[in-house]
Amino acid sequence: MRFVRPSALVLTLAGALVLTGCTPAVEPDVSETAPASDGTFVLYSGRDEALVQPLIDQFEAASDIKVEVRYGNTAELAALLIEEGDATPAQVYLSQDAGALGALSNAGLFSTLPSDIADAVPAGLTSTDGSWVGITGRARVIAYDSTALDSKDVPTSIDAFTEPEWNGRLGIAPTNASFQSFITAYRVLKGEAAADAWVAGIAGNNPQIFDNNRAILAAVNDGVVDAGLINHYYWFAQAAETGAAGMRAQLSYPATGDAGSVVNVTGAGILNNGAMDADALEFVRYLISADAQNYFVEQTFEYPLVAGVDAPEGLPELEALINPDLDLADLATLAETQALLAQYGLI
Amino acid sequence: MAAERGTTGRSAVRSLRSAPLWLIVTAAAVAAIAAIPLVYLAVRASEAGLGTLVETLGRARVAQLTINSLGLALAVTASSLLLGTAVAWVLTRLRVPFPRAWLLFSALPLAVPSYLASYGWLVVSPSMNGFFAAWLLMTAVCTPYVTLPVAAALRAAPTDMEGVARTLGYGPTRAFFVATWPEVRPAAAAGALLVCLYTLSDFGLVSMLRFQTLTWGINAAYGASFDRNQAALLALLLVAIALVVVAGERRSRKHIPTVSARRARPRQISKLVLLGFLPLVAASPIVGVAIPLGGLAARLLQAETIREIDLARLFAAIGSTLGVAALAAIVAVILALPIAALAARYRGTLATMIESLGMVGHALPGIVVGLSLVFFALAVVPSLYQSVAVLVFGYVVLFLPKSIGTMRAGISTVSPRLATVARTLGLTPWQAWWRVTARLALPSVGVGAMLVAIATMKELPATLLLRPTGVTTLATELWSRTVIFEFGAAAPYAAALVLLAAVPAVALSGVRGLARETL
Repeated sequence: MRFVRPSALVLTLAGALVLTGCTPAVEPDVSETAPASDGTFVLYSGRDEALVQPLIDQFEAASDIKVEVRYGNTAELAALLIEEGDATPAQVYLSQDAGALGALSNAGLFSTLPSDIADAVPAGLTSTDGSWVGITGRARVIAYDSTALDSKDVPTSIDAFTEPEWNGRLGIAPTNASFQSFITAYRVLKGEAAADAWVAGIAGNNPQIFDNNRAILAAVNDGVVDAGLINHYYWFAQAAETGAAGMRAQLSYPATGDAGSVVNVTGAGILNNGAMDADALEFVRYLISADAQNYFVEQTFEYPLVAGVDAPEGLPELEALINPDLDLADLATLAETQALLAQYGLI
Repeated sequence: MAAERGTTGRSAVRSLRSAPLWLIVTAAAVAAIAAIPLVYLAVRASEAGLGTLVETLGRARVAQLTINSLGLALAVTASSLLLGTAVAWVLTRLRVPFPRAWLLFSALPLAVPSYLASYGWLVVSPSMNGFFAAWLLMTAVCTPYVTLPVAAALRAAPTDMEGVARTLGYGPTRAFFVATWPEVRPAAAAGALLVCLYTLSDFGLVSMLRFQTLTWGINAAYGASFDRNQAALLALLLVAIALVVVAGERRSRKHIPTVSARRARPRQISKLVLLGFLPLVAASPIVGVAIPLGGLAARLLQAETIREIDLARLFAAIGSTLGVAALAAIVAVILALPIAALAARYRGTLATMIESLGMVGHALPGIVVGLSLVFFALAVVPSLYQSVAVLVFGYVVLFLPKSIGTMRAGISTVSPRLATVARTLGLTPWQAWWRVTARLALPSVGVGAMLVAIATMKELPATLLLRPTGVTTLATELWSRTVIFEFGAAAPYAAALVLLAAVPAVALSGVRGLARETL
């Protein structure tokens, strides 16, 4: 058998590594006074490529700005950004939920958005300090197995799920950010004692525990659980794949005013690294433009958050879901919610 | 001492004091590289403070997650060890029709990523969840780690010892344990160690089958609490468990006497008895490959997104997957070599520490290793951040243990006497080692490289964190399609990934494993 001399092998390898490492770093053109443009910026997207890339393509065509996108899971990208700190190559972060935005804001990684962007979205659906802006909304809903349940038998209040008849039939994802936002909303809306009682009731009712909304929906659709608490958007995403007619899972919206009737938001923020980047600003401004908001309404069935754009048909009014007292990105509150869930062994 | 029994006449395992300095230094340097995640975790955990540490470790939930992790790892290790050894014995010691084909089937579960296997199963049986489901599937996916090395060791081991035991009136089981088991034990233990560490580190399978282990807790700490310090504490708990497991495997190792004996032919047994062994041999490929791939195919037929395949994109992903897998495999075996050589020949506290450090990275979930290298790269080589170099480095840290174990076993079967003879012929110690020991241990280097290549192709969480922006692999492309239910669009990537990973898996089933066999 022939042998490669070790020194030759090491040299070849080192060469390969050096070559691949030599991608030139993008130096943002930082100016002291006004944001400057260099025609490109880096976006970390916690939203899926198939949903977001067509929108980015539209933006690139309209603005002549090149967007370098790094796709990943919302939470993992938030962890990555916290680890990178101000050394991050990214200028903009697009997130699937408010909690991740709150974590980055808390870590001091966001620069403050100009008021024309920050004020475009009503309070309760965006940051309180202008560190990030809400882009779209997702309603919390009850997905139910239409084979096992008649639509009129689906509870209109999530309080019903603590009843003995729901023992072992409900799917939840307690480690998921959107479930925790909903618990936070419950605490704000109905008080600590009521929230404590609800969590205790659910924990004692043998809920089926899942890792995420998507898995719950799949389980409802397969008849594994009779109902599950998810965000409305997942149903539309799966219906687009398998055809709405083939969906065994159906959605039911909790009654207006019920603690289960809340909205979670997706959003975007500009990292410190992009504070002076005009391209990054233009992109975030584009996300709250009528064009982009309509895109989300039509393609992902999410709620638009800016005035003048109509919500997807068949969804309850967004106004009914807004709670101005609620700051979904408030991590101090999130910690209390997690303590409550931990107390009953759900996380 | 067991080592003295060998017919080679002298101990193959010596005190570390007799080891050449360059070997100790290079091995220690590699161990330091493998320990990067541990340094990172220690930094993060110390930020959490003693109070948080006590509070976190004292929580009932953490105790439950630990018990779940330990229980699953032990159960999967035990069943993989049993099944893998039994399958290897049947395929090498009995006259089975198409033995090569069966060995190939036994290797195939390696090619199916655990997240894909569990996803496919959920299509077939949506309600499966919990401990039993996780145990069953994990066992099927992990058994090749035992089957392949044990089969290789069995083919190299003299079978007439077992025959002798039988003529002395021992039953078949007892004859196996008395005569054959000591020969294959190091191979089986090394495989079982990989199974155990992999089970501890896996998140994809346990999250889909809803069995909450420490990796579930770690992901929740990152994903919902945004609390990396708490995640670090839980990850350190995993490391502590892994260190115990690694120490246990070291203790179970004994020197194998190199006996030269006649190799007996596989035994002929009745067709009926052979048929009885069929379920045993077919279990892992059916549970780990056939059923999940069937499920995926069924889901594909329901999909409405079967659109034109973007071939350029598919080939780009195939190209980068092959590229990083090859680079990772080459770098990993080069770096594993000094540790494997040290662990194969020398004993001592330092040797134990070096080997253990080299192994623990395998028990950590990809997200932890990924973040630790983000931290490390930005601190030490910021210009290489988000380059292929750091990505490959990440794979090496994650999968180095896969090559250390097999290469150590390979080197330990080469008699040190051969190198001594070579030196009397005028070679320098380095030349003698390279031309004799390394050459004879080469098949095990190949095995190590292929195990790393397979694991790299399937890796997802660290890839998402470390890859250069815009670079995709088959695993990331698969991920970005399945998260939005595009099963139809995901199918070509899933098929390409399994086919690509099957190539080294199939090659593994054919590798003769031990240098001794070729002598």
